[in-house]
Amino acid sequence: MVKRPRGAIIGIGELQPERYSEGKTTLSLIAESVQLALQDAAITKDEIDGLLVGPQVGETPQHVPATVSEYLGISPAMSNTVDLGGATGAGMIWRAAAAIEAGMCETVVCVLANKNERDSAPRSPNRNPIREFDVPFGASGANTSYALLKRQHMEQYGSQQEDFARIAYWSRKNALKNPKAIFYNKPVELEDISHSPIISDPLHLLEIVMPCAGGAAVIVTSEEKAKKAAKQPVFLRGAGEKITHRAVSQAPALDQLPFQYSIPQSLRQANISAEELDLFSLYDCYTSVVAVQLESIGLCEQGKFGDFIRKHSFSHDGDYPLNTHGGQLGFGQADLAGGMSHVIEAVVQLRGEAGERQIPNAKHALVTGNGATLSETTSLVLGGELS
Amino acid sequence: MNISFPEPTITPITKPFWDSMEQKKFNLQRCEDCKHWIFYPRAHCPHCFGNRLTWQEATGKGRLKTWSIVHRASHPAWQSLTPYAVGIVELEEGPSMLTHLLIRAEELHYQLPVEISYHVLNERQLPFFKKRGGA
Ligand SMILES: [Zn+2]
Repeated sequence: MVKRPRGAIIGIGELQPERYSEGKTTLSLIAESVQLALQDAAITKDEIDGLLVGPQVGETPQHVPATVSEYLGISPAMSNTVDLGGATGAGMIWRAAAAIEAGMCETVVCVLANKNERDSAPRSPNRNPIREFDVPFGASGANTSYALLKRQHMEQYGSQQEDFARIAYWSRKNALKNPKAIFYNKPVELEDISHSPIISDPLHLLEIVMPCAGGAAVIVTSEEKAKKAAKQPVFLRGAGEKITHRAVSQAPALDQLPFQYSIPQSLRQANISAEELDLFSLYDCYTSVVAVQLESIGLCEQGKFGDFIRKHSFSHDGDYPLNTHGGQLGFGQADLAGGMSHVIEAVVQLRGEAGERQIPNAKHALVTGNGATLSETTSLVLGGELS
Repeated sequence: MNISFPEPTITPITKPFWDSMEQKKFNLQRCEDCKHWIFYPRAHCPHCFGNRLTWQEATGKGRLKTWSIVHRASHPAWQSLTPYAVGIVELEEGPSMLTHLLIRAEELHYQLPVEISYHVLNERQLPFFKKRGGA
């Protein structure tokens, strides 16, 4: 049997994403998210002895865990900042389980939140190689980086604009069944996506996440303690992670991306095949990210996601339920908390609490996270039963 | 225009690269141990982790791996020039770099042979790229 970190999710809390968050601070959103997760787990904050948070939390660039501990009034026996961009949420879950297994603590809260103000100042300047060798050439921002990735896929494999648009189409369609989604009640047709404004050719507006404010918290505990949990625990069955580069110019070739390691690693630890998965909760900051993941899972041949996506249904009652909460493309991306939405949807589905969008008899979910330009990738297999 | 273009954040390690630019020379680091060419400049070779790196003049030639036509730039100075093309060039020596492309949209294609074209921005020479053999 392959060794793996052991732990269970016993509580989740997620704020409804909103475009702007006037009058709130990131710390206040963190507190709100944690409060919801504690209520869900039916435990008090005194039972929390571990804390994982994202980097540079709104009001403080440094000493983030201490600032958050003080604000929440907790004194964890283990704390850390997890800095994996969009992979931070998923990356926290196995880190929490590993800390519990190491005997440092028993119940960890993993929390991410972000305010989004109309007139918020740009992030502080930095001196990293991207700032020196990409930005001066006119290539600042994630949009252009992901456009380069999409173009490369189209040129190398002959994938078409409509193939990518279908990914956004399914996300938006699934979001229509999630009242918390920022695009709830806002249907789009396939053509609307490819006809939306070009942002960085070949990337269109509706293939990009909507930045918004929000927060999410997840409580991870030992398998032992989870047996006494108020709600059905969701167990960590496997995890995989890979970090390869930062700047898109330094990215490995499309057939050697880090997901090609992290996803199979998580399936190996869980000892299951891709075909046994009931939910694909795949990080989707852009349509192209989902495309390369479908290929990395092995659901289709390298470069052929387009054929695959045309042939299958990706709603909760389809043959490959994918981002049933709407994904970030349909749900909204509350900064790093957006990545945690994929974890939370998996928990909701595995508990059978997804209501109108419930997948019948969901047992295993694949959850992924992705930071920078396919630079930092994390993959989790979550299951409703202890193995 | 009043808004200036973002400048490279030059470090002591990368300064020789930018100094060579001013003489319209495309100098890159090369590892004496494993013979790999390196971009961007570093203190250690990312291939063998040796530190015997020397500066040598590269060909300034490469092929286009991918590109994007930017319609909405993240920086206001660059926004004033939209639409424009950026791309990733795989240099003949091996490494890849991001650059500004002085090539018309309809001429861009995968693996297009390109070459360096020094371009002054903010009074600094930058390694832009153009179609190989093109004007
Ligand atoms: Zn070397």
